[in-house]
Amino acid sequence: MAVTDTPIDSEESFARSAGKQLAIYALYALVLLASLIYVFSLVAGRTGSGTSGGAVDVANNSVTTTLRQEPPQLDAGRSTDASSFVVLAHVMEGLLAYDDNMQLIPGMAERWEVREDGATFWIRDEALWSNGDSVTAHDFEFAWKRVVDPDTASEYAFILYPILNAEAITQGELPKEMLGVQAVDDQTLEVQFAQPTPYFDKLVAFNTYLPLQQEFYESTDGRYGADAEYMIYNGPYVVEEWIHGASMLWRKNPTYWGDHKGFLDEINAAYITTDINAKLNLFKDGQIAETQLLAPMLPEAMEKRWQIDRVMDGTVFFLEFNHREGRITDNWHFRRAMQLAQSSDELVYKVLKEAAYLPAVSLFPVWIQGLNDIFRTEYPPIEHKLNVQLAREHLEMARQELGLEEFPPIVFLTGDTPISILSSEYYQELYKQNLGLEIRIDVQNFKQRLAKMTSGEFDVVVAGWGPDYDDPLTFGDFFASWNLNNRGRYNSPEMDAQVRIAQAELDPKKRLDAFGEIQRIVYEDVTLIPMYERGWAFVVDPRLKGFKRRSVGPEVDFNFAYIEEVED
Amino acid sequence: MTDLSLADFQPLEPGQEIHGISRPSQSYWQDAWARLKVNKRALVSLYLVIGLLLFTIAGPWVWTVDPAQQDLDQVSRPPGADRNALIVADYAPWQTEGLSFGEGLKVVGDPTTQAVKLKWDAIPGANGHRIYRNIFPIGPERSYGIPRAEFFDNRVVTFEDRLDLKALTYYYVLVPLGPRGELLDNYEVIEVDVHRVTTIVEAVDRGLIEESANLQIGDEINLDWHPFGTDYLGRDLLARLMAGARVSLFIGIGAPFLFVLFGVFYGSIAGFVGGRVDQVMMRFADFVVALPFLLFMILFKISFGIGPGESGVFPMLVALVVLMWPATSRLVRGQILQIREQGYIHASQLLGAPTRYLILRHMIPNTLGVVLVTITFAIPSAIFTEAFLSFIGMGVAPPTPSWGSMSNEGIKTMLTTPHELIFPALFISITVLAFNLLGDGLRDALDARMRNQE
Amino acid sequence: MTRSNMWIFILKRLVQGIFTVWFIATATFFAMHNVPGDPLLNDRATTEAIRANLQAKYGLDKPVTTQYVIYLGNLVRGDLGISFTQENREVNDIIRDHFPVSAILGILAVIFAAAGGVLWGALTAIYRNRWPDYVIMFLVILGISVPSFVVAAISQLLLVNVNDLFGTTVLPVAGWGTVLHMLVPAMVLGLGTMAYLTRLMRSSMLEIVSSDFVRTAKAKGVPPARIFAKHQLRNAILPVITVLGPSIAAITTGGFVVELVFAIPGLGRYFVQAVQQLDYTVIMGTTVFYGAFLVFMVIVVDVLYGFIDPRVRME
Repeated sequence: MAVTDTPIDSEESFARSAGKQLAIYALYALVLLASLIYVFSLVAGRTGSGTSGGAVDVANNSVTTTLRQEPPQLDAGRSTDASSFVVLAHVMEGLLAYDDNMQLIPGMAERWEVREDGATFWIRDEALWSNGDSVTAHDFEFAWKRVVDPDTASEYAFILYPILNAEAITQGELPKEMLGVQAVDDQTLEVQFAQPTPYFDKLVAFNTYLPLQQEFYESTDGRYGADAEYMIYNGPYVVEEWIHGASMLWRKNPTYWGDHKGFLDEINAAYITTDINAKLNLFKDGQIAETQLLAPMLPEAMEKRWQIDRVMDGTVFFLEFNHREGRITDNWHFRRAMQLAQSSDELVYKVLKEAAYLPAVSLFPVWIQGLNDIFRTEYPPIEHKLNVQLAREHLEMARQELGLEEFPPIVFLTGDTPISILSSEYYQELYKQNLGLEIRIDVQNFKQRLAKMTSGEFDVVVAGWGPDYDDPLTFGDFFASWNLNNRGRYNSPEMDAQVRIAQAELDPKKRLDAFGEIQRIVYEDVTLIPMYERGWAFVVDPRLKGFKRRSVGPEVDFNFAYIEEVED
Repeated sequence: MTDLSLADFQPLEPGQEIHGISRPSQSYWQDAWARLKVNKRALVSLYLVIGLLLFTIAGPWVWTVDPAQQDLDQVSRPPGADRNALIVADYAPWQTEGLSFGEGLKVVGDPTTQAVKLKWDAIPGANGHRIYRNIFPIGPERSYGIPRAEFFDNRVVTFEDRLDLKALTYYYVLVPLGPRGELLDNYEVIEVDVHRVTTIVEAVDRGLIEESANLQIGDEINLDWHPFGTDYLGRDLLARLMAGARVSLFIGIGAPFLFVLFGVFYGSIAGFVGGRVDQVMMRFADFVVALPFLLFMILFKISFGIGPGESGVFPMLVALVVLMWPATSRLVRGQILQIREQGYIHASQLLGAPTRYLILRHMIPNTLGVVLVTITFAIPSAIFTEAFLSFIGMGVAPPTPSWGSMSNEGIKTMLTTPHELIFPALFISITVLAFNLLGDGLRDALDARMRNQE
Repeated sequence: MTRSNMWIFILKRLVQGIFTVWFIATATFFAMHNVPGDPLLNDRATTEAIRANLQAKYGLDKPVTTQYVIYLGNLVRGDLGISFTQENREVNDIIRDHFPVSAILGILAVIFAAAGGVLWGALTAIYRNRWPDYVIMFLVILGISVPSFVVAAISQLLLVNVNDLFGTTVLPVAGWGTVLHMLVPAMVLGLGTMAYLTRLMRSSMLEIVSSDFVRTAKAKGVPPARIFAKHQLRNAILPVITVLGPSIAAITTGGFVVELVFAIPGLGRYFVQAVQQLDYTVIMGTTVFYGAFLVFMVIVVDVLYGFIDPRVRME
């Protein structure tokens, strides 16, 4: 073997002295490192998470939590994402609000009246902004007119469509002053409907209907909602500090009118990350008060004797078909074949294995209310049975109708989240086994997936829909042919007729009958194949009570949370 | 000082005895090859590489399981897990008419991995009930486990659990709910031993038995054997490792070799020629490094016309090569700058050696130490980049596996089913080790200073 | 090199750097606009009028080349625009707030990697073929075979267990703001580079160990420590320096995984999000900024080269 040609003992001593030299250098490096770290820590303090008293700070009546993402901005009229919904649900309040059982209660409005042609809201005297001004009906009028103004470019403007002229204004056909809402005086707000809207009271609890004080808005010179100081608040908390990308601090609002909400003095969203494992580690370390649990985390949670809870998160996920002409998926027999060859049970119970997911059986999720009871109890969905034999027959009929020798590959468009890819892989193998179809999985990120959906470049897309308000219509109108969200371009006159009834019918029973029909059409016409209803399994620090996770409204709700010492 | 005489200057007679040549004169490359062949490290790496190639190419002929087939009754099973199962009837929705009550919380029928059916009597004072499931006994801290169902109507007294049932002992807990859905104090618990089952239809589908075999309900059979266990969709890990080897080795070795090759030539030309050429070349290299990787990957995929859901292995290879060569070139250039000032280079030049000879024969072999290190590190880097790209849709489409994407998936269940991460990571380590040793061996073999020192 | 030569050299390189950054900006701009997907599309579909307004607001209604010219004009004046996703936040502010975080993390990681790499690499060369060599090389191979996500997740888990063991917070599990928050993330970030540098240093040292001038020095009777420091280390470290400059840039941009797992408000996270959400202004702004940073680091490295190895002449 090759060897250097210096004698052995000199090699040894050479190695030793070189080693010593290295050790000295390493020491130098460490000292340099330490001094650098010190310097850096001074700089880092500026953008830091701030100190927190751990998950639950009994002395200061404060809790620490996390946000999944940074809210892009807190302008209620324009916000579209879940994080800003969470923040706004704590620092603002609309005409109506929800109590801890998701029942509508008076908010800014102390009483209201919903009629066939419109609604009236009476604003309470004691409602104040955090700068001391009263909340008036003018604030609502200004806010809503701003939302429908096409210059504002609010993506949620559609939720104001029940108001007279709202739709025309967003199309740019009418000026925003023509919106059917007026502040008759400081305490009275009048609304005219474009058509009868019996669920209007549920709508006004939504984010986009929040008030905005014109004077303050104009004083921020276009920066409204961009930072904590560019906002005024009328909810139980105010945003005291907002360090972008790092943390947010909410403090109890002294000017809030009520004492039925806001029992904590301080809520500290000290960490912003989407990584659920990191959140679990923070929880284990006692730094945050609650966290989600994914299926692989459950055994450990049980071992640690945590109290695990679960709640539906409100969304339904389904396989949406491309109903455009010329597409194979436009053929009813083909869709029926795909529907019969699968069962959402196996997907949820054997593949996804999330404890809080439910197999979906309908367009409407399990928690939607009907007349006196759960909607799906009063209008049971058609029972679905796996039937591979029948599916193959339908497939054959589709093949003949389409005049194909054999089926080309079917493109499954999916997002880049682990669960959608997992579901797609499951379906790919399932349909190969049961129907002999070749499925190609097209993984795209969010924006690209939306672009492909809008332009119709897919056969089947793994899609989901979440509720905006607590009424079946938020799901029911999805497949109306005029609905822009109906990216599969499903077009059925029968469906359209039922949606129109559901939108305008005053008799609650007839309205629910229409939803029942919509549910039936969706199954029989195979508008989509329901996959699962998403839910969250989560654990909460035992000292924190009253914490809620919601199906409609903000994902996490601390409005009714309070600290209670736990005796050992 | 020796004494010289005229006799010493007499010319030699032809045919006189002269010393023989001890061994044939070897060129640099021949000598290197000879030394490589006996280098211990290179030999080990050779065996490893041969082993990997056999695994990849010959493996699927021996182990013919389909890497995409999902065995949903054996999801995420570690190697060596038991797989005996009872035969039961096909699943049918539970008909709860005709059940008798009055015995409290009880299991109905046989608790199997297909379903666990529970019935109970409404707890007095309850407006509803909640069922929990735990894998540990309920202690005094009252941690009930995973909530499985909530019923807000106290007349509902049956529940069928089908979620992720394994052949374990479960503890089901019945907790009464108050008027606002809050948990009340008293609870009932029952211990349930679940055993593994399968149906005749499923057994036939998976090829466990012949269709004509006379199997009855109640017989026992063995489910498929998976020597390395299964992944999160019940797919055989060994088959997936073999299939994944193709993609990972192709990209993981092909891409680094190519871009290092290109980087070496680019860097040596830049370093040797110097001057303005060097400046321009290096600025271009900086330019390539600063480009946002992801963006250009997407562009490459599109310009290669890969359709949706198709595997774009070749564009990925090209993209990796095009985007990753600058680091190597800069490194090589640095080495060249050092080497070209060495004495033997000047000597060669004086002897009239052309530039190409100098680069190929003198400079590149002397940069090999650095180059081989780069290749060794580029391999896992390429494998993981490929995994990341496939994950966002830029690489191989599902269900095609690759070691990198298998590792990524395995991370999620690292603590509960570590085998899903360990095996692909192990194979990646072996590959890295093999090329690491090869690099060491090559460097030893090619080091001119160690020549003639056997 | 004489002093004035060096300054001329730096000046020339800076000018070249500006051109390089300009090319980077141009290539990225046109690449970005050719990537499929529409930054204005969202979960809830919008009407034509609203969409048109959104396009006008972000200047997307003009032809691409016009947008490019406008962008360049703004760039020269230092205006990087307003983020599409973080509305009401200027890209300048985003970079100013978050780049220092990534930079601190990156610099610490690189120092850690460099110190460690030089140390371990030299050790393996000195104790070649003895047990320190084998142990360190085994760890190196293990270190690079494990993806960074795993290392970050495992180290965070370890922190939780350590804190649990001591009953108090020895090191914070996530977050940013104090010295303690920086240590573990920087180590995790630098691990891969450290493994690489170890290997590099080792191979470089091995060549030098048996080279002529070292033998000469030994023959001359130069004390071994001096040989090591003045000759071996100095020469062996050159490849390490070459790698270091771009490493800082790479680590700073590639810190995405560490930033995600440790909830650190760095620029890496913003950048990856921006690419996913097609936030044009942030993509352009960070790319240009990183490009400039990279070019700068390369210049620094080249100057350092000249100081360390006098044989290397800058032309």
